[in-house]
Amino acid sequence: MTPHPNMRETYGLTLLELGRENRDVVALEADLGKSTRSVLFQEAFPDRYFQMGIAEQNMAATAAGLALVGKIPFIHSFAVFAAGRAFDQLRNTISIPSLKIRICGSSCGFSDFGDGKTHQSVEDIAIMRSLPNMTVLSPVDSIETIKMMKCLIDWPGPVYIRINRSDLPFLFPVDEPYHIGKIIKLCEGSDVALLAAGVMVSRSLEAAKLLAEKGVSARVFNLSTIKPMNREALIEAVIGVRAIVVSEEHNIVGGLGGAVLEALRAVPHAPVELIGIKDCFGISASNYDEILCRFGLTGPAIAGAAMDLLRVSRH
Amino acid sequence: MMADTATIQKLERLALQLRFDLLEMMGVGKAGHLGGSSSMAEIVACLYFHVMRYNPANPKDPERDRFLLSKGHCVLIQYAALVELGVIPREELKKAKTLDCCLQGHPDMDHTPGIEAVTGSLGMGLSIALGMALGLRLDGWRNRVYVVMGDGELSEGQIWEAAMAAAAYKADNITGIVDFNHIQATGPTKEILDIPNIAQKWKAFGWEVLEIDGHNIVQILRALEKAKNVVGKPAVIIAETVKGKGFSFAENNAAFHNGILTQDLYRQAFSELQAQRTALESRHAKEARS
Repeated sequence: MTPHPNMRETYGLTLLELGRENRDVVALEADLGKSTRSVLFQEAFPDRYFQMGIAEQNMAATAAGLALVGKIPFIHSFAVFAAGRAFDQLRNTISIPSLKIRICGSSCGFSDFGDGKTHQSVEDIAIMRSLPNMTVLSPVDSIETIKMMKCLIDWPGPVYIRINRSDLPFLFPVDEPYHIGKIIKLCEGSDVALLAAGVMVSRSLEAAKLLAEKGVSARVFNLSTIKPMNREALIEAVIGVRAIVVSEEHNIVGGLGGAVLEALRAVPHAPVELIGIKDCFGISASNYDEILCRFGLTGPAIAGAAMDLLRVSRH
Repeated sequence: MMADTATIQKLERLALQLRFDLLEMMGVGKAGHLGGSSSMAEIVACLYFHVMRYNPANPKDPERDRFLLSKGHCVLIQYAALVELGVIPREELKKAKTLDCCLQGHPDMDHTPGIEAVTGSLGMGLSIALGMALGLRLDGWRNRVYVVMGDGELSEGQIWEAAMAAAAYKADNITGIVDFNHIQATGPTKEILDIPNIAQKWKAFGWEVLEIDGHNIVQILRALEKAKNVVGKPAVIIAETVKGKGFSFAENNAAFHNGILTQDLYRQAFSELQAQRTALESRHAKEARS
């Protein structure tokens, strides 16, 4: 069955399904349920749904209490608030004791294009990645969102999952088995490795096509598990290429690019360029593509970066 | 149900014993939160040794009542209770807060038996209590969740987020206790940031409020019993206490919020506690004769 192409809708539908399968699943919301789609869970399981009002800090620590009596809480807000507003609560009450809590950072990156800087998360991955015990996930599409969320019942410790507000193209191979930490090859190539997460995977595939037109062969990987980074698989993924471009809808400081470079430390590898938000905040835009273009998060930008690296590595 | 004289005397003796244990953990030359720990000694004694459903042989018993210390820096007094219950080995007291000792500087459930959560970054305990209360109620458990907060801690906005939510969810399985000792890290709460009308604030947030002398065993037991019977809303006990209670040099003295005992002060503290024990024993003997 083809899933709903909208990632947040798929998130809500899958949460509902998890709720049906496991009665310990509970959901907490900070009055953004219509956006995060946690309302779908609310309608089905009103007793297991806790509307906490616009109070993210209390929501996070309340989830800790629920986990301590055996529940599996999913907490919801926009990525920018889920990670930023309740950081100390996530750190102290959840990450230190490594509680099984799932943090949905919805409307991530620039996907809330209209609302501007205050509502666009450019730093959530960096924040969440810095917390010991925290797993950080960024699905590429609705197919992967479902597969990923099905792992969230058993996966130990806290998880941050970055959910896009938009309809995204189906890229995850439907029959491909999934596990957290898997690095998924979407396109074979020999000259360049394009690594990406979330919406930037489709841009990387576009870049691979542009590069092919120039006679450059690019392999493309979906790095949907940002933490723990699968170091072994990553090192293998970039073997033999002459350039590596990591693309993310996030600040280039502390995000996927940082995670990749940390993982490649101490092993010889091709030069790396990072495509992402260049250490600045967002802006209001009339549509998603427009804002991604404004910040250089495009296929041509990725292809250009790869070409630049190849020029350097030839010398 | 009114506690009998024997119970009250037992709890008075235990509160004093907790202060002896506290002193042992403080030791000489180690920084420790003496003031806010000793202000809670009677409250903790009443909870662990009379009020809470708690089986020390099985500190993970799902039917236990939960105790959360939101003012986590005062965990020494909770360690003392857990030592007296036999949950924590007595020999750990002297090693408190040293490398690889199970007694951490702040409550850490993964290090210390009997600790229920990670607290200490202030303002979070009531939220954790709310989560536990909601989860327990969802599963039909009748356990209570007890959470102790400090008066200085009430500056944290999260306390009031949680207070609002607990009332909205009619979490009548929570008993909050404010250890109202009037002094925080760097001075009197009134001077740091005055929080007037604490009782009225909790009332306005939809809580049942009980005000007591937090060193009076009879009043503590009565309030805890009353709080337990409140239906449809959470209850909070505002316990008027003395920071540093039982140690004359530390009473109402912000320097012993997190202070260090010299050899001389340690000796003085010990003899003061011994004098209190002698006085207590003679009073108890008199009560037994009358």
